[in-house]
Amino acid sequence: MAICSFLPELLCKFPAIDDGTIRMARKSVDDGFKGFVRSYGDAIDAVVQPLQWFLNYLERAFVSSPWVLVLIIMIAVVYLGSRHVKITIGTALSMLAIGLVGLWNDTMITLAMVTVCTLISVVIGIPIGILMARSDRVQAFVNPILDVMQTMPSFVYLIPVVMIFGIGKVPGLIAVVIYAVPPMIRLTDLGIRLVDKEVLEAADAFGSSAWQKLKNVQMPLALPTIMAGINQTIMMSLAMVVVASMIGVGGLGKNVLQAIANQFFTVGFLNGFALVGIAIIFDRTSQAFGRRLQKHSEVIHG
Amino acid sequence: MASHAIEVKNLYKIFGPRGEDFVDVVKKGMGKAELNEKHGHVLGLQDINILMPGGCITVVMGLSGSGKSTLIRHINRLIDPTAGEVLYDGTDVCKMNENDLRQFRRNKTAMVFQKFALLPHRTVLENTIYGLEIQGIERRESEKRARGWIERVGLKGFENHYPNQLSGGMQQRVGLARALTNDADILLMDEAYSALDPLIRMDMQTVLLDLQKELKKTVVFITHDLDEALRLGDKIAILRDGRVVQQGTGQQIVLSPADDYITAFVKEVNRGRVVHVETIMRPLSGNPEGVSLPAGTVLEAAARTMTGAHVATAHVVDENGRPIGAIDLQTIIAAMVTPTSHADRQAA
Ligand SMILES: Nc1ncnc2c1ncn2[C@@H]1O[C@H](COP(=O)(O)OP(=O)(O)OP(=O)(O)O)[C@@H](O)[C@H]1O
Ligand SMILES: [Mg+2]
Repeated sequence: MAICSFLPELLCKFPAIDDGTIRMARKSVDDGFKGFVRSYGDAIDAVVQPLQWFLNYLERAFVSSPWVLVLIIMIAVVYLGSRHVKITIGTALSMLAIGLVGLWNDTMITLAMVTVCTLISVVIGIPIGILMARSDRVQAFVNPILDVMQTMPSFVYLIPVVMIFGIGKVPGLIAVVIYAVPPMIRLTDLGIRLVDKEVLEAADAFGSSAWQKLKNVQMPLALPTIMAGINQTIMMSLAMVVVASMIGVGGLGKNVLQAIANQFFTVGFLNGFALVGIAIIFDRTSQAFGRRLQKHSEVIHG
Repeated sequence: MASHAIEVKNLYKIFGPRGEDFVDVVKKGMGKAELNEKHGHVLGLQDINILMPGGCITVVMGLSGSGKSTLIRHINRLIDPTAGEVLYDGTDVCKMNENDLRQFRRNKTAMVFQKFALLPHRTVLENTIYGLEIQGIERRESEKRARGWIERVGLKGFENHYPNQLSGGMQQRVGLARALTNDADILLMDEAYSALDPLIRMDMQTVLLDLQKELKKTVVFITHDLDEALRLGDKIAILRDGRVVQQGTGQQIVLSPADDYITAFVKEVNRGRVVHVETIMRPLSGNPEGVSLPAGTVLEAAARTMTGAHVATAHVVDENGRPIGAIDLQTIIAAMVTPTSHADRQAA
C-alpha cells in the first residue's frame, strides 16, 4: 500500500499483541481448563449421571416398546393435547410413513432426546424466568447472558461442553439444553410481567401471599406465553439435536451427518423429512394446546 | 378501641420518585398544577382528615381525577402514603408489617374495584370464592356462601361463565359478590355501581342498605352520583384536587354547600328526598295541629302525607311521640325549591 509509506507504522499495521504472549496466554488458559476438568472430572460425571440414567431409561422405553403401543400413546397424547382431529390423523400418517422407510428406531431415539431436553429446559427455564420477573436486578443480570447464549454460533459452545463432559449423549443433551433454554426463560419472564396490574392489585387487596399470587394469578395468566416458550424450546431442541450428533448423539441427526459426509442423497432427505415430520407434530400439538388454555378469553355471547 | 371506625389523619400522597421532598412545599400552599409544572410530581391527596364512623356508610364524592380512588386505596394500603396515617381500631395501617397487613386485608377488608379487576381465567363462582380460598376456608363452605351472594346480585345461572362472557354491569356485580362473600368488617367500594343500569343500581343500593341494617359494616363508598350519595351516605366527604372541601351529612351539604363547586354539585338534587322535616320546622306555638310526622321524615313524604290528609299544617314528633315542632305546606315547598346559586344564598 502506497499510502502506508506516509503513515507511521502504528496506524497501518494493527498493533496486535505479539505471538509469543498470545501463545503463552492460550497455553495457560487451556492447561488450567484441562487441569480443572482432570481434577473435577469424577465429580462432574457424578453430577450428570442422573441425566444419563434418565435419558437411557426413556430411550429404552421408546425404542424397545412395541411400535403399536408407542404409536397409540402418541396419538392419544396428541389428541388430548390438541383436541384436533386433523392434527391427530396427520400424526398417525407421518409416524406410519417414518416406520415404513425404516427410520422408526432412529426417530424414537430422537424423540427421547427431544423429550428429555424439553423437560430439562422447562424445569430450569421456568424458575429462572420467575426470578427474572420478580426482580429488575436479576433481569438486568440474566438478559445479557441470554443474549450471548442466543447469538453464539452453536458450534462454538460445543467446544467447552466437549472439553468438560467429553463426547456422548449427555454432553449432547447439555449442549441442546443450553441452546434451547433461553426462549423458555425469556417468555416466562415476559408472560409474568405482562399480567394485568389491576388484577394483581385485586389479588393483593384480598391478602394473597406472594406464592398465592404466583400460583393463582401470575402463572395461569402467563401460561399462554409460557406455552409459546415451550413451543420454541421444542423447535430449537429439534434443530440442535442434529448439530449435537457431531458429538455423539444418535438418532436421525446422526444419519443426516453421515449422509452429508458420504453424499447419501436419499438417506439424507428421508431423515430430514422425518425430522420435519416430528417438528410439525410437536409444533401443531403444542400450539393447539396453548390455544385451548386461552379458552377463557374467547367471548361467547348468548 | 373496637369502634371499627377508620380515621384518616393528615394524609398526603404525592406521586413521583421524590414525593417526600415536596410535602413541605405543598403544606406551604403549592397547588396541584404548580407542583406538576415546576417539579413534575402529581399531587394525589393533600391534608386529608376524615373520620369514617364504624358501622356507617361514608361516601366520597368528587370529579374525575380528584383523588377518590387514591384515597380508598390507602385504607387497605394498596398505595403507601407520602405522609400521614390511616387508623383502624387504633392501629396505623401504614405502619403494619407485611404479615399483619396481609392478615388485615384478608380478614378485615373487602374491595370492589372501579375497573372490576376480575380474574379472567376463573369462572364467576371461582372469582367469588377467591377471598375465602386465600384464607384457606373449606371449599364446600365457601362455595355455599358464594352461591348465596351470586344469587343475591342477580347472577344465578352464570356461575360457570367466564368474566369476558358477561356484560360490564354483570362483571361489576361479580366484583360485588366477591367482596360481599368475604364478609369483612370494612367494605371498600370504588364506584361499585357505576356500570349498572338504573334499576339494578337501585336494587344494589337496597342490598347495601339491608346489609347495613343487619351487619353494620364500615363502608367506604365512592360515587359520582349525588342522589346515590344522599341515599346511601350516613356521611359524605367531597374531594376536589386531592383536598376535602366539605364533609358532613347529606342534609348539611345540600343545605349549606361550602362553596360554588359544591353548590354546582348539589344544584340538581331532589331536596324533597334529602331534607328532613325537623330541619325546617318552627318551634311549637300552642297545640299541635294537623297530622303528626315522625322526625326523620323527608319533605317529599311529608308533603304526600299532608296533601293526602287534606291539611296544610302538621306537627313533628320525636321517637317517643312527643310533639317537638310545627310545619306547614308552604315552608315545605319553599325548602324543596333549589336556590339559584351559592352567591344568592349568601346574600339572602
Ligand atoms: N400511579 C400514579 N402515578 C401518578 N399519578 C397518579 C397515579 N395514580 C393516580 N394519579 C393521579 O392522581 C390523581 C387522582 O387520581 P384518582 O385515580 O384517585 O382519581 P379519581 O378521583 O378516582 O378519578 P375517577 O373518578 O376518574 O376514577 C389524578 O390526577 C391522577 O393522574
Ligand atoms: Mg377512580
